Amino acid sequence: MSGTWIAVLVTAAGCYALKLAGLTVPERVLRNPRLRRFAELVPVALLAALVAVQAGAKGSALVFDPARLAGLAAAVVALILKAPFLVVILAAAGTAAVLRLAGIG
Amino acid sequence: MAELAQPADAAGSGRSSPRASTAPRPVRDGVLLGLAVGVSGLAFGAAAVSAGLTVWQTCTLSLLAYTGASQFALAGTIAAGGSLVAGATGAILLGSRNSLYSLRLSGLLQVRGAARLLAALGVTDESTALALAQPGPAAARTGFFATFTSLYLTWNAATLAGAFGADKIGSPQSFGLDVIGPAAFLALIWPRLASGRTERGVAAGGAAIAIAATPLLPPGAPIILAAFAALAGALASRPATAP
Repeated sequence: MSGTWIAVLVTAAGCYALKLAGLTVPERVLRNPRLRRFAELVPVALLAALVAVQAGAKGSALVFDPARLAGLAAAVVALILKAPFLVVILAAAGTAAVLRLAGIG
Repeated sequence: MAELAQPADAAGSGRSSPRASTAPRPVRDGVLLGLAVGVSGLAFGAAAVSAGLTVWQTCTLSLLAYTGASQFALAGTIAAGGSLVAGATGAILLGSRNSLYSLRLSGLLQVRGAARLLAALGVTDESTALALAQPGPAAARTGFFATFTSLYLTWNAATLAGAFGADKIGSPQSFGLDVIGPAAFLALIWPRLASGRTERGVAAGGAAIAIAATPLLPPGAPIILAAFAALAGALASRPATAP
């Protein structure tokens, strides 16, 4: 078996084990109020971080992509107007696509 | 339950009574999210093959690792001529954010045995975000599995197509598909942001940490670092008083 195959399988096993680990934590551990609060806040922190990085970075470089930022701004407007989820992401993608078609970003 | 741990200013708002108009429908929106985000598997398939992985190795990663950041990290390290040990180690470290997600999901999903082994594979940013945006555990479970199924099938089909060079047909970017990920995540955490000052602080802190760390760390690592914002938020919150 080649080294690359071993790296692929070890990566797959490791990533799976990490996902499984959180699901097998005994319930009494999560009864600790601070740990439970941390677990509740983690997705908020990580998903907000993802939004920021996907909006303003490419790889390890911070980038300014007007079409992408305008798309996100359209999503924010849709959310403020309490639009349904589908409308929010269509507004974002549509705005970015139209701007790129026009040669912006 | 979880609402008891919310700060006082969140009482009666947030996930216990989300605004009906913005609450994502678990099945329809989960399937949609999976389709839209899964298309980026094209980019992974193309990147992995051009890094020197075979089509089988590329597809194995999408089938079994099934977590974009780690997959891109392994392919990127191999493409850059880095060692396989470094590539696998970095990829696995990046997978740790899924542990944090599954820690949060365990109480909601309540899965045991074979269902738990299957659910574990499905823990990603997308399935977590859609599940947590639901008003109750039953809808959360439905949303999780709908997103998982849709994203898993799309991501793997797109990986295969990308590995065979289908990414050259057209750039997903020109359709604005690269904006769907961040727009969807924003929409899915929006009700949480409205539910409390701590949540808004944690989100702003997480975003700031990730942006500040982006030029300094390999891609993916800044997202994990953002967990410190959650830690700070948890330590700053008053401990919940259990009845």
